[in-house]
Amino acid sequence: MMNLESIPIQAFLIVSSALFCIGIWGLLNSRNAVRVLMSIELMLNAVNINLMAFSSYIDNNLIQGQVFTIFVITVAAAEAAVGLAILLSLYRNRVTVDMESFNLLKW
Amino acid sequence: MSIAITTQFICFTILSLVVIIGALGVVLLESIVYSAFLLGGVFMSVAGLYLLLNASFVAAAQVLVYVGAVNVLIIFAIMLVNKKEDLKPINDIKSRRIISTSICLTLLSLLIRVDLTNVWSLSSPQNSIGEESTIRIGEHLFSDYLLPFEVASVLLLMAMIGAIVLARRDVMSKDISTGLPVDQELIEKSSEPLLTNKN
Repeated sequence: MMNLESIPIQAFLIVSSALFCIGIWGLLNSRNAVRVLMSIELMLNAVNINLMAFSSYIDNNLIQGQVFTIFVITVAAAEAAVGLAILLSLYRNRVTVDMESFNLLKW
Repeated sequence: MSIAITTQFICFTILSLVVIIGALGVVLLESIVYSAFLLGGVFMSVAGLYLLLNASFVAAAQVLVYVGAVNVLIIFAIMLVNKKEDLKPINDIKSRRIISTSICLTLLSLLIRVDLTNVWSLSSPQNSIGEESTIRIGEHLFSDYLLPFEVASVLLLMAMIGAIVLARRDVMSKDISTGLPVDQELIEKSSEPLLTNKN
């Protein structure tokens, strides 16, 4: 058993790195547009874990990382609302959620 | 944090396992509904990690905003667009999978290497603010982060108006250019019924 007085910061960073990479994989490989939005939420959560770990271990008196996390949560909520609204209007025009069929802006 | 260190380790291990396995389930599971509920579990476990990091306010905000708003919104969107459809096959899907997986694994190994090799200049836990963090966040939001705080309110208003404009239907009774009555029937109804159980 390791003789530590707290969880090492590297543990939090590795969890957030793994979560971020899973999010990128889902973003690249999903066919369903809703799943793409979920992957973006996973990536934002990974960034939030990173900010919170640094705020708690490196800046534990001023905790500016927690303030940034609040702002990221705000932006994520706005992004989810607008993204799902775009998805709904796309679904009305195309009657599908397949990412491969969304080529409206293709050159 | 007044919890014993072994308890902290056990909590951290369980929470991070739930986060990683849940995230893998979100991107890998076939059914999108299971993915959405697993996403809720991932958000709750991330809130638990925040509690381990002495941040009760952000953990509460995470549960309220992510589980209470974003996840419910995603589940509603799934209910609105959940049509079983046979996806067109892509001919080069295998090479795409290989390339994207190798890119993700490379990025993961790079990030883990940075995490492990960098020497973090940790501050001493003596001057940690601990449970007073909510007070400190409030001080930040109303002094040095006042402008981002106000801009965030404008952003939320813009997102709300934009979502309403994007998602609403056209309710005018006449077409403006031709003067003919507009077809008010639901597009989904005229094409195919929702939630058909084909398989």
